[in-house]
Amino acid sequence: MTDILKASNLHKLYKMGQARLTVLKGLDLTVARGEFIAVVGASGSGKSTLLHILGGLDKPDAGYVEFDGERIDRFGAGRLNRFRNKKVGFVFQFYHLLDELNVLDNVMLPAMAGTGSLGWLAKRRSARRRAANLLEQVGLAERTRHKPYQLSGGERQRVAIARALMNDPELLLADEPTGNLDSKTGNGILEVLETLNRGGQTLVMVTHDERMGARTNRLIRLVDGRIV
Amino acid sequence: MYKLNLAIRYLLGRRISILAVTAVALCVFIVLVVMTIMNGLVREFRNKNHAFVGDCVVSTDSLVGFPYYEEFAAELRAQENVEAVSTVIHSYGLLTQRGADWNMGIEVMGIDPADHIRATGFGQTLHYHRDTPETAFKPAYNPDAPGCVVGIDMMPRSRSQSGGYYHSPRPQEIELVISCFPLTAKGAMERADMGMVNTLSFFYSDDSHSGLVKVDGNMVYIPFETAQQMCGMNGSPSRASAMYVRFKNANALQQNTGKVRSLWDRFAEQKKDAPYANLLDGVRVESWIVNRRSHIAPMEKEQTMLILLFLMLGLITVFVIFVVFYMVISHKSKDIGILRSIGVSRWGVVQVFVYFSGLVGVIGAATGGTAAWALLLKINAIEDWLFVKYGYQVWDRSVYAIGDIPSRIEPRVVTIIILSAIAASIVGALLPSVQAARKRPVEILQVNQL
Repeated sequence: MTDILKASNLHKLYKMGQARLTVLKGLDLTVARGEFIAVVGASGSGKSTLLHILGGLDKPDAGYVEFDGERIDRFGAGRLNRFRNKKVGFVFQFYHLLDELNVLDNVMLPAMAGTGSLGWLAKRRSARRRAANLLEQVGLAERTRHKPYQLSGGERQRVAIARALMNDPELLLADEPTGNLDSKTGNGILEVLETLNRGGQTLVMVTHDERMGARTNRLIRLVDGRIV
Repeated sequence: MYKLNLAIRYLLGRRISILAVTAVALCVFIVLVVMTIMNGLVREFRNKNHAFVGDCVVSTDSLVGFPYYEEFAAELRAQENVEAVSTVIHSYGLLTQRGADWNMGIEVMGIDPADHIRATGFGQTLHYHRDTPETAFKPAYNPDAPGCVVGIDMMPRSRSQSGGYYHSPRPQEIELVISCFPLTAKGAMERADMGMVNTLSFFYSDDSHSGLVKVDGNMVYIPFETAQQMCGMNGSPSRASAMYVRFKNANALQQNTGKVRSLWDRFAEQKKDAPYANLLDGVRVESWIVNRRSHIAPMEKEQTMLILLFLMLGLITVFVIFVVFYMVISHKSKDIGILRSIGVSRWGVVQVFVYFSGLVGVIGAATGGTAAWALLLKINAIEDWLFVKYGYQVWDRSVYAIGDIPSRIEPRVVTIIILSAIAASIVGALLPSVQAARKRPVEILQVNQL
């Protein structure tokens, strides 16, 4: 399997008033295409920070990330936006759906954001079909017109997964996707992720639940800013 | 596309948007109504002043007047750009009624009606002689008697609620006695033993409603020759106070006035050695705008102050919108983090809120503009109803020389106000949008997670 992602010697420091908190201390990580990796660690161990840096949402103080052999810290603002739009999909613990949009529009949002007005007019029907297919895959075919507040936590997370997959990203980054759900619902979400991985989707999941992590291809423990 | 889509959803989904729309609508409504009325009043006032003196005025402030006016009037009439010239006597006097024990100070204007109606809007100010203004000094009840036209507010009569005046079908037979102060060419009072005539009787022939308070309340028009005689200006050389000129093309006002000024300078130069040529030195040639500046300027100043006040109102609206958007965007920081995480640029985030504020501006301006239009359409009917029902009148017509409340909406004013309102909305939203867009998505999403 070829490597899709490579993090080298990542350092990240947070300033909190006078105090300085180093969360990543020279972290190295390689993710192969089609792999499903879980990063586990205690709260505050830097799991989410690592995920954000891998997805280009945050920048390391030192070190770099390569995606398909290219360093993303060398991307300009426009290319970084396109990278987040096309190459990566994020799933957050608190779902982060837009309250004003219905389920279908939430899922279509990355496609809309990545297309100009004229392009969208041409692409709208196919985007709508893809969004509907994704919602069907995650078991929400009947909920397309619902608003997020009309859904349960598990359903919202399924919508968030469908949204993350809308632009068919090469890498899916999930930040505690089951952290806000009960164990039965969390299992359901994990099953969705496992199914995606079986279909070839590369996944990096951050979790504090080792049992969840154990169900992935590879479990990585993050302790004191380094992988152990 | 998502930007407009989101902007519409934000607008429909948040009650606070209604507050912003209302603020814009109220501002547009108030500004449009007040500006329309104020502009209308100023426009009307300017038109009345224009009608009173024609396009150009050749005049002197001296009550003595200036000589050789006939020659200059003839030269003016020969000019291609001149439509008409009216030579006038302007002085002061006393008015009383035969057998009455009262008198009042008045302004006397001596005119030749046939010339004056061509050079000015005098004919349109008459009531009984509107169709035959050249016979303005012939009283209908006795055409052979010496007639006079008086300012409409000098006649005791009641007015309608909309400012109109009641007239009897025929003018009343009233004998008025006018006394003037005849002056020699040197500015001294004429001696009584020089055969002067300074007091004459006139019969009320008509009234003049110019819409100018001072004119309608003080001015009495009498025939030119009679006024000249009563003011001692019929000597040799005879004198006049002013010439009112109407141009064929009123649009080229400055250019035409400049031509008249050059003509006058040449004329005065030719006459520099003639008797009493010193009286020509004080003669000015002015466009009607300059001549009536002292009358129009206070109103225009009021209009300017009003515009400044409403600019402040506009600033307050910007501030209200700024506060509203600050609140909206503060509540939307999570959305900004989400949008950034799916690849939306900072400018894209700003655009979402610019579209949102633009929609607020457009809807607010449209609502306020429509409400203002509806009010202005019916403002006079509403005022009449208020007067009939409660005796309330916005402008007391016995004080203000206006008829209807001006309500003609000017497309230029509407366009400026609406575009300003939309611009104000966008400006009000720009700062909080830019601030929000500059935040790092990780900060927003992490804070939300906490």
